[in-house]
Amino acid sequence: MEKHSTEQLKSICSQVRRDILRMVHACQSGHPGASLGCTEFFVALYFDQMKHNKNFNPDGIGEDLFFLSNGHISPVWYSVLSRSGYFDTKELATFRKINSRLQGHPATEEGLPGIRVASGSLGQGLSVAIGAALTKKMNGDKQTVYALMGDGEQQEGQIWEAAMCAPHHNVDNLIASIDVNGQQIDGPTKEIMNLRDLKAKWEAFGWEVIVTKNGNEITEVIQSLEKAKSLLGKGKPVLNLLHTDMGFGVDFMVGTHKWHGVAPNDEQLENALGQLEETLGDY
Amino acid sequence: MEKTLDTKYTYTEKKDTRSGFGDGFLELGRKNKNVVGLCADLIGSLKMGAFQKEFPERFFQVGISEANMMGLAAGMTIGGKIPFTGTFANFSTGRVYDQIRQSIAYSEKNVKICASHAGLTLGEDGATHQILEDVGMMKMLPNMTVINPCDYNQTKAATMAIADHEGPVYLRFGRPSWPIFTPSDQKFEIGKAWKMIEGKDVSLFATGHLVWEAVVAEAMLREEGISVELINIHTIKPLDTEAVLASVAKTGCAVTAEEHQLNGGLGDSIAQTLIRNNPAPQEFVGVDDSFGESGKPVDLLEKYGLNAENIVKAVKKAISRK
Repeated sequence: MEKHSTEQLKSICSQVRRDILRMVHACQSGHPGASLGCTEFFVALYFDQMKHNKNFNPDGIGEDLFFLSNGHISPVWYSVLSRSGYFDTKELATFRKINSRLQGHPATEEGLPGIRVASGSLGQGLSVAIGAALTKKMNGDKQTVYALMGDGEQQEGQIWEAAMCAPHHNVDNLIASIDVNGQQIDGPTKEIMNLRDLKAKWEAFGWEVIVTKNGNEITEVIQSLEKAKSLLGKGKPVLNLLHTDMGFGVDFMVGTHKWHGVAPNDEQLENALGQLEETLGDY
Repeated sequence: MEKTLDTKYTYTEKKDTRSGFGDGFLELGRKNKNVVGLCADLIGSLKMGAFQKEFPERFFQVGISEANMMGLAAGMTIGGKIPFTGTFANFSTGRVYDQIRQSIAYSEKNVKICASHAGLTLGEDGATHQILEDVGMMKMLPNMTVINPCDYNQTKAATMAIADHEGPVYLRFGRPSWPIFTPSDQKFEIGKAWKMIEGKDVSLFATGHLVWEAVVAEAMLREEGISVELINIHTIKPLDTEAVLASVAKTGCAVTAEEHQLNGGLGDSIAQTLIRNNPAPQEFVGVDDSFGESGKPVDLLEKYGLNAENIVKAVKKAISRK
């Protein structure tokens, strides 16, 4: 894969944010907040970090794999998949509409390239990623498995079953990230169900924990993922606390749970798009 | 009592169906290197120990975390493995329904959910563990195949057959020592009903442990001059509707027998098939909207109306309604 410069990656991020906003606006539903917040992470993975093939093979042998556990941020994933060549960007216009491959939450049934398991009901993706990582080990496949979870999702019990399991089975080919934006549907995580010290929790479960202080700075995200990779192969899985701002890139959406699952109206869309340069051409 | 009957199928040995699973699983491990095992702290109960010992690199103890186990299994299929999960039927279904629904069934993952200790015959542990709703939950899921074999030999054959079937499977078996009355060299065809006894007065469709009770009931009814066609429905989904309809077209009535709630079980599936194609009187042997309780398996089957005597009554009633 060609190496992209920081400027190029930033311009991809700008286009991805436009895609996200236009997708949720077109169907007047979907989850723009954390999609915008995780844009740098997805762009770093698909345009810099992962070895992957846009000619999609579900088994992904010899490739790095990515699993999205918090499936509601599908808009950012769909945009990044299409912008990296998995399918035509025109298809983004079908998001959440009838007869589309771009389901509200990611699914395999319609055969959208890039998706290996359905997600949306929270708490399940880390277990699936651990399973895929164990199969890579059994197959002698040296590539890495990546996963992303939400911070609100840490309230699900299955997450902690998985957290206990991966170090026990020496799953050291896995980098899991948590999008720490401090927000969930009903309000700030601190008020809804306080997560307290996630770093201490994951370390206590036996993970190598790294912190990305600014997950909306592409160079920092890449540095973190590079560091995470350097910690693999030593008997422990790696957990990346990826601090982001929900709604990042749009001034009236940033830092609040209010845009978790709300679509902008025509006027709001125009305002938001005015803040984001069209770099690769709108779909 | 059954010993003195002239049953069309006989047995010399009793064994638990879970041992059929364990032995089949070991043999499968030797034949197919992609088969992997997962167990949630019940290796002894599921008889998975021999596989674990011979193939430690393909076996994963996951502790008491069934939800995580279902997710792991789904993920393991990515890259070509065929995971077999093992725990009790209760923890294989109700406890993890959403994980199976999203990560396995909707995601079309090639996972084999192997469920022991199903039904009342789990016995003394009581209703917390005696799941009687599992077939209903599993058959409602699109993409899911549901299999409930009747004895050691059929369970062993089914265990080996499901590895060659692409897609999620729910395999249900049990704990009690039970007659081995089907051949050890049987060919197990998923989705294909097995006509065990030809008859003309009533079609008796049985699954799981109750197939043996149906064999006994057939002999009892034959002594009274009633000709029973006994069909072994090991695959509840997809149901062999052709076999069901052909039999009922001949006999004119149906009885179903299963170790499960009447709501959502095999009887429901047969009734739906008949109503859509050829409505006929049908009687149901199964648990009628109640939980189980502690006790010995045979005593529980009697108390909840799931034995040969109850099948005989149901057959007579079905015939009287023709």
